[in-house]
Amino acid sequence: MAKELKLMKGNEAIARAMIASGTDGYFGYPITPQSEVMETLMAEKPWETTGMVVLQAESELASINMVYGGAATGKKVATSSSSPGISLMQEGLTYLAGAEIPCVIMNAMRGGPGLGTIQPAQSDYFQSVKGGGHGDYQLYTIAPSSVQEMYDFVFDAWDIAFKYRNPVLILTDGAIGQCMEKCYTRDYIPRWTEEERRKNAPWGTWGKPATRSHNIITSLELESSRQEVFNQKLQAKYREMEEKEVRFEALNCEDADYIFVAYGTSARICMKSMELARAKGLKVGLLRLITLYPFPKKQIAEFAKKVKGMLCVEMSAGQMIEDVKLAANCSIPIEHYGRFGGIIPSPEEVLEAMEKEIIK
Amino acid sequence: MTEELIIAGFGGQGVLSMGKILAYSGVMEDKEVSWMPSYGPEQRGGTSNVTVIISDERICSPIISKYDTAIVLNQQSLDKFESTVKPGGLLIYDPNGITHEPTRKDINIYKIAATEKAQEMGISKVFNMVVLGGFLKLKPIVGSEFIHKGLEKSLPARHHNLIPQNEEAIEIGKGLIEAVHTL
Repeated sequence: MAKELKLMKGNEAIARAMIASGTDGYFGYPITPQSEVMETLMAEKPWETTGMVVLQAESELASINMVYGGAATGKKVATSSSSPGISLMQEGLTYLAGAEIPCVIMNAMRGGPGLGTIQPAQSDYFQSVKGGGHGDYQLYTIAPSSVQEMYDFVFDAWDIAFKYRNPVLILTDGAIGQCMEKCYTRDYIPRWTEEERRKNAPWGTWGKPATRSHNIITSLELESSRQEVFNQKLQAKYREMEEKEVRFEALNCEDADYIFVAYGTSARICMKSMELARAKGLKVGLLRLITLYPFPKKQIAEFAKKVKGMLCVEMSAGQMIEDVKLAANCSIPIEHYGRFGGIIPSPEEVLEAMEKEIIK
Repeated sequence: MTEELIIAGFGGQGVLSMGKILAYSGVMEDKEVSWMPSYGPEQRGGTSNVTVIISDERICSPIISKYDTAIVLNQQSLDKFESTVKPGGLLIYDPNGITHEPTRKDINIYKIAATEKAQEMGISKVFNMVVLGGFLKLKPIVGSEFIHKGLEKSLPARHHNLIPQNEEAIEIGKGLIEAVHTL
């Protein structure tokens, strides 16, 4: 597992990165378009090399609760699924957030609602960044837009998850999961030893030494005054993430009159639309969001002062646009363009929407 | 240089693996590549296609709707993708089973009787490499030494003994491609 350049699918990159980043366990249940995650893990048999546990659970409910149990001991435990499966996991996710358990979840979004289609979509934005489960909680939500980022973001996810004791959601879709691109793999980071785990997760339920009282993992607090104090602590953690962990990429934005705002697959489409626009002499840029929570509010507010309009491009009926409009305080024209139900917009139609709705 | 192409045909014709070999060859030549398959409730005998982009620069979208080249290996794919070739672009088709020939006058059209040739020579497993050879004759976007490396990378080690046969098929394809309509 040394550094290497390979051509691989996004789903395969997630699996290989899990092994290489010293993940202790993966619990999942197959669902298109991300079944290659478990397929790759099964083919690689990491339990024979790194000792990583890979288990097909009987359902998504079981998977997320196995993650809860495993991760409560301070181990690096992950799962992956696609929209309908992620919906089933929502109870587990709010418990994990409420109990402050670090873990990594990947959602390869597909068209909904309901069982929907197996083709790519981005219609789980609200579910990802506005709760999904109940209660005031946030998942650190990061959206790769290439196979390389699928790989790299697994490593980043572990850093964030343990730094903030918070679940991390890698939000992607079938297009990036199924697409093969070049990917530079990394050297294997050994799984934590027992001592390292105790040091890195002193809160974990890994056994009670005589030197301290019991570590308790729970999301239950019947005394409201204590629950409020706990919630304030969670909110302070989220504010810190918002301050320190926002990530985005601004392409051709320096001289731009108009910008696309997009993430993941849509951002890749917009890169092409931007190239077509530039060839026509239109000063169009792209603000590619990398973290969806924390959302780049300040940065969008800044861009809103410089440009004449923004087109939010999303494979949904318009979800992210709400946050963009709030961040920009509706000071400039901001419109949504999207296709959904598993349809990916063409770069040409995205540019046409920009010209018709924003540039005029 | 950026080449955006689609390869389309029946499932089982080796469309996806042809794209993979081409993409891996591009990687070996240090180019940027993307390989995007059609995926869905696929079935044997159904249609299958893959978009391959090979470029010297960062690739924007792996999903596109206009292509520099379309390689179509059945009538359904010809019907679907003829109109998606950029003006001045290239269309390659295998005449086997084709009842309506392509009609566009603003693109270069070539045909390659790869199905027939592969059957005649008893090399139907490397049919897709015959087609690839035809394409590379017209657009040598990756060098043959890199195609060799691409084959090594994309074929499992137990099939490496078949690499010479694949390369031979590529050479056959180079001699087999013929112009139908050129600009």
